[in-house]
Amino acid sequence: MTQQESSPETLWLSGNEALALGAHEATVKVASGYPGTPSTEILENLTGYDNVYTEWAPNEKVGLEVAIGASFAGVRALATMKHVGLNVAADPLFTASYTGVRGGLVIIVADDPTMHSSQNEQDSRNYAWAAKLPMLEPSDPAEAKEYLKQAYEISEEFDTPVLLRSCTRVAHVKGIVASGPITASKVTPGIEKMPAKFVMLPANARQRRLAVAERMEKLALMADHSSLNTIEWGDKKRGIIAAGTSYLYAKEAFPEASFLKLGLVNPLPQSLIKEFASKVKELIVIEDLDPFLETQIKAMGIKCHGKDMIPAIGELTTAVVRTGVSGKAGKTDFAPVELVPRPPNMCAGCPHRGLFYNLNRLKVFVSGDIGCYTLGFLPPLSAMDSCVCMGASIGVAHGMAKALGDEGKGKIVAVLGDSTFIHSGITGLINTVYNKDYSTVIILDNRITAMTGHQPNPASGSTLMGEPANSINFEELCRAIGVKHVRTVNPQNIKETHDALKEEIERDEPSVVITRFPCVLIPEEKKRKKIPLHSNTDNCTGCTACLRIGCPAIHWEPLTAEEVAARGGKKAQKGISRIDEVMCVGCGLCKQLCKFDAIVDGEEKS
Amino acid sequence: MKNSGNILLCGVGGQGILLASELIAFALLASGMDAKKSEVHGMAQRGGSVEAHLRYGKKVYSPLIEPGTADVLIALETMEAMRYLPYLHQGSTVIINTQKIMPPAVATGKTEYPADIISELKKRGLKVIPIDGFEIARKAGNVKAANVSLVGALSSILPIPEKTFIKVINDKIPARFLEANLEVFRAGRKAAKGNEGLKM
Repeated sequence: MTQQESSPETLWLSGNEALALGAHEATVKVASGYPGTPSTEILENLTGYDNVYTEWAPNEKVGLEVAIGASFAGVRALATMKHVGLNVAADPLFTASYTGVRGGLVIIVADDPTMHSSQNEQDSRNYAWAAKLPMLEPSDPAEAKEYLKQAYEISEEFDTPVLLRSCTRVAHVKGIVASGPITASKVTPGIEKMPAKFVMLPANARQRRLAVAERMEKLALMADHSSLNTIEWGDKKRGIIAAGTSYLYAKEAFPEASFLKLGLVNPLPQSLIKEFASKVKELIVIEDLDPFLETQIKAMGIKCHGKDMIPAIGELTTAVVRTGVSGKAGKTDFAPVELVPRPPNMCAGCPHRGLFYNLNRLKVFVSGDIGCYTLGFLPPLSAMDSCVCMGASIGVAHGMAKALGDEGKGKIVAVLGDSTFIHSGITGLINTVYNKDYSTVIILDNRITAMTGHQPNPASGSTLMGEPANSINFEELCRAIGVKHVRTVNPQNIKETHDALKEEIERDEPSVVITRFPCVLIPEEKKRKKIPLHSNTDNCTGCTACLRIGCPAIHWEPLTAEEVAARGGKKAQKGISRIDEVMCVGCGLCKQLCKFDAIVDGEEKS
Repeated sequence: MKNSGNILLCGVGGQGILLASELIAFALLASGMDAKKSEVHGMAQRGGSVEAHLRYGKKVYSPLIEPGTADVLIALETMEAMRYLPYLHQGSTVIINTQKIMPPAVATGKTEYPADIISELKKRGLKVIPIDGFEIARKAGNVKAANVSLVGALSSILPIPEKTFIKVINDKIPARFLEANLEVFRAGRKAAKGNEGLKM
């Protein structure tokens, strides 16, 4: 992957790979972030290039603070996150707008319209407006790379952090991207003391507030002439203003129309918009999620269509745009067919399964969190009762305990993963201890940030750049915070886990249970020899106990009354369960639940 | 070769949809086309229904296929083919793996797996190419390579030379899995032969 381009090379890259290449070509020196779909692969790919330091931060706020520091030191810096991560990083973001930069500073934020893998749908353009920062919005991988490079130029020229808005259909789209020249920063790295600019106490901040206003005015003038904003004249009966992927869908639906394509979505090019609007008969603003452009364009006194035609919920597609504008749905030959849904499921052998099986049996309120384990809410485990945001599980459990008092005793637990605990669970746990409640916090320690694709975290023992690292000792950490009752169990052992949970949940003090077993998908676990279990179906009575763990490697096989009779089964028996030995990794949960020796050890496989 | 087209891939997370779509994309790119591929990562990967959109032509704008415009559907799992039916049009081809993966509600005995998917598809006038990907892959000694048998089947109806696909597989598959994958590709291609060409 590492390359020093001499002549352009045609590459086939995802938006995230293209952004990594863009960061390389822009000579980014420090990049930090927290994994979050669909932003994760930017840093993972950037790690493959020379001359750049990359890291996973404990959370997005820290990631941005690191990037700010690198910028203060005069190098180009990058912070990456998903939309909900920008909420976490909002605190330093708003003040970085005041300090401005030395080395170029870009924050890539990846939105997820339709919530393919998110707990809310949020339009990050509002942050650019609120924090008074320029924002660029590319529409595909090739633009993503180019825009990122331009973002660094803007950052240094206008002394500002720059936001770059990506989304699922840029990040995870692959397209043709041409490599380009390396464009170095003109800033000299080193320590430069500039307290009036970098120390944001009120007297200084008031001065910088004026600088921010002046900067936005200059940016707005630049926007009118920037190559980021372009008019494509076509039929002047219909003029469309669009940015990002919305432009692509609109262009495909109405190739004959005139377009004002905005690459810079904050601040807006007012003169350009006025000129475009004055020359077209009907003006339509096509944008996903909030009426961000539309509201501002209307405030300029320009009549336009927008959310009266285009939905504000869910991601746009060509069909949605076509239907919204023309009022006519596209012709389809086949109607949808009602089918059994296929929701995602925890993997065969997932160490969270044993825990959720137990929590279901204990009938407690499970205050959940963000990670693979959020799937514990699905049947048959059905053991998660709330999920708000990263790290919120502990605070929510605490709030419930305080609200319910004695009535809630022995009924409330918080669950969160190792990475989530580090991200923003620690402060919640400190609060639980300090403000004295009785809830039990369960840290599902599978040693990796699993849901986003196995990124290492401060408990994993390695860094993003592949170096060995300190691994946090959760037991000691929790005791240091003041938790007196900390214990660690293997969640693959159902009884041991059950007994530990029962005891801790009933305790009248805060307690922490760490369920520790590695994710089945991490390389070390994959290498471990697996001995799949084998169904001895002659012994199966069809009791369905094994099905209650929802393992994808076990399935039910219905039998007719004749078949049951032929097997010598009881009249009530409806079928048998079977293990798929290709999928089974031999975790043994189902074997612990079977009272009839119908699940036995199988043969070793590699 | 038709100068533009839409190929939709679907299946269950973990079946290798991303690799299959990548192999096809590289074969298309080798013939000088613009192309875009869109997929979704994250939570959807884990055993859920997964799709990848692949579009090619002189210049591709949208990375997503519009309903009613997919020329080929490659279904790595039988029932999933049915889920994506609204994307197809009269005359579309469905390359379908006859392998069945039970969704949770079926695995736990709450409901049954739908019967006769292939005849349901044929009833609607679609060209259906059934491939027993699991059996082909098992014979080649790598059960995880079933996805490549469907790429093989597709290669028999796309007017791209076989050697282009073989080169792509050579470039993209790690050496230790290469032999099995080439065998699976050829077997998939052979199994699909005799089906009507797509004239793409």
